[in-house]
Amino acid sequence: MTINPAFAPWLDPQAKPIIDFQSVTKNYGDFTAIDNIDLKIYPREFFALLGPSGCGKTTLMRMLAGFETATKGTILIDGQDMADVPAHKRAVNMMFQSYALFPHLSVADNIAFGLKRSDMPKSEIGGRVDEMLRLVQLGKFAKRKPHQLSGGQRQRVALARALAKGPKLLLLDEPLGALDKKLRHETQFELMDIQEKTGTTFVIVTHDQEEAMTVASRIAVMDHGRLAQVDTPDRVYEVPNSVYVADFIGDVNIIRGAVGSVDSDIADLKWSEGAAPIRALAGPDLKPGARAAFAVRPEKVGISQSEPTDMHNRVQGRVEDIAYLGNMSMYFVRLADGTLVKAQVANVRRISRRGITWDDQVWLSWTDTAGIILPD
Amino acid sequence: MRKLTWFNTVSLTLGFAFLYIPIVILVIYSFNKSKLVTVWGGFSPKWYGELLQNQAFLDAAKVTLQVGVVSSTLATVLGTMAAFVIVRGGRFYGRTLFSGMIYAPLVMPEVITGLSLLLLFIAIGMDRGVMTIVLAHATFSMCYVSVVVSSRLVSFDQSLEEAAQDLGCTPWDAFKSVTLPIIAPAVFSGWLLAFTLSLDDLVIASFTSGPASTTLPIKIFSSVRLGVSPEINALSTIMIALVTVGVVTASIVSKRAIAQQKRDEQMAEQ
Repeated sequence: MTINPAFAPWLDPQAKPIIDFQSVTKNYGDFTAIDNIDLKIYPREFFALLGPSGCGKTTLMRMLAGFETATKGTILIDGQDMADVPAHKRAVNMMFQSYALFPHLSVADNIAFGLKRSDMPKSEIGGRVDEMLRLVQLGKFAKRKPHQLSGGQRQRVALARALAKGPKLLLLDEPLGALDKKLRHETQFELMDIQEKTGTTFVIVTHDQEEAMTVASRIAVMDHGRLAQVDTPDRVYEVPNSVYVADFIGDVNIIRGAVGSVDSDIADLKWSEGAAPIRALAGPDLKPGARAAFAVRPEKVGISQSEPTDMHNRVQGRVEDIAYLGNMSMYFVRLADGTLVKAQVANVRRISRRGITWDDQVWLSWTDTAGIILPD
Repeated sequence: MRKLTWFNTVSLTLGFAFLYIPIVILVIYSFNKSKLVTVWGGFSPKWYGELLQNQAFLDAAKVTLQVGVVSSTLATVLGTMAAFVIVRGGRFYGRTLFSGMIYAPLVMPEVITGLSLLLLFIAIGMDRGVMTIVLAHATFSMCYVSVVVSSRLVSFDQSLEEAAQDLGCTPWDAFKSVTLPIIAPAVFSGWLLAFTLSLDDLVIASFTSGPASTTLPIKIFSSVRLGVSPEINALSTIMIALVTVGVVTASIVSKRAIAQQKRDEQMAEQ
């Protein structure tokens, strides 16, 4: 996505958040679904809650919609405490995972449903419905019932219905989960387009990290009811703050060891007897001697037949397997101590012209800032 | 079409004969000219004419319809409410006991239900009449309604109600404008079931009816004790005809709805 450097309200201490979770906890009996979360989301953001199932992301969203109440803590929307505001009085709309279209109403009536219950004059409702139908390109289908539509069309109706009242905040619960891959990619861009056009704040819940990376201005990676990291997609990917985040987002090589020296933003990791320590970016809270893990993305690991003497980080290994994926190849290299490291190479040349093959002795190398050392 | 084997033909014939010969005989004898029920005296529709002159039967039919409509409506409201609590109430204290108890009248002998209601009405000094039959019928038929409605509610996507609330409905408005229209077929078939049960019932009605409130089954039963008359056959034939028309219409309507749904779904995929 194109990152607009001007849009970063989370860096501005003066900016007023539209959503403010203050030490929010949610318990179901003994089970803690949300564990003391503090989170601010700003107007016009496309914010993604990302995590495996059961991490609490849906609960967090349902608290915004008003279907769950916090056990402890305060939730502010636009500065107003939401504790005693029921779902139907919130200027928040939600797009449900199952779409929840009303089967007994036509597409147009589904979209008009919320408008009829707002203070919009009757004469304006028809115009607004037409406008929403145009927005999601469903003009021809206004009179159809939901079961007369394909999955992708239903998804658009659900979106149009949720946007019709012009909410301050739109919640999307796994909105693209039921679509096939190709349609999902197209729809992601449409969602971003609509979000930009309407200027609504979007909060999306998803377990698909690629989707979150594509659409979101910021991502909150969740783990067992806690926020593991809240940051822009590129920072979550490039500078994860924990092994959990590094492992959850994308493909990663993890090499475990102990912290050697820490020098401001660069640290050393002792990982194998007799091997030179790995030098990489220092993650948060590193102490010399403590257990740590080095995380590096496969595309940042170079592979060569001759020793790259200009690189500090270089290790020798044997090619155990090669996965040819068309646009790129993944080399699985076994190091002397048994660690398996993946190196990804873009196939810019025809495959017959490349020299490395199974069982070759090769050198892997990466720059000092390619990976990061994280507490383990 | 596959041809039936001789074994299947025989089983089918025997089965249907067992089910329908008594009814067919009743229908045939309703057109009997003779006053003697068991002797065929030629074809005549005269007993149908006589039936329409018989004020006692007409009154009983009126009471039956009144009781049926009011009691099944009452049972539908109560049964639907009970179904909601059982399906949606979550795990409140005593839920298992409550949901078990709601289904108990399904297996309770009618004589006992009737007797206990009679004792109750006497104890609270309520005069027996149409009102007491209505209450008694609503009592035993609401469990049937709640079975039908709760089986629909189990498969009801609750996010529909949440969506309605999200779009500005109060919980009651959401129920009225989303849930009820969607579960209406189940509620209606619950009502129909309660209505049929009320039309059928002899035992409970005979415990709870008063002198001026005889239902048709009671009337038929008491006339039969004085001897079967061709008029009764005619009345029974009319009832059979009504039920048949109702059942056939209902099945045609539901078949058409299914066919329509299939066509719609094919359309959606294009």
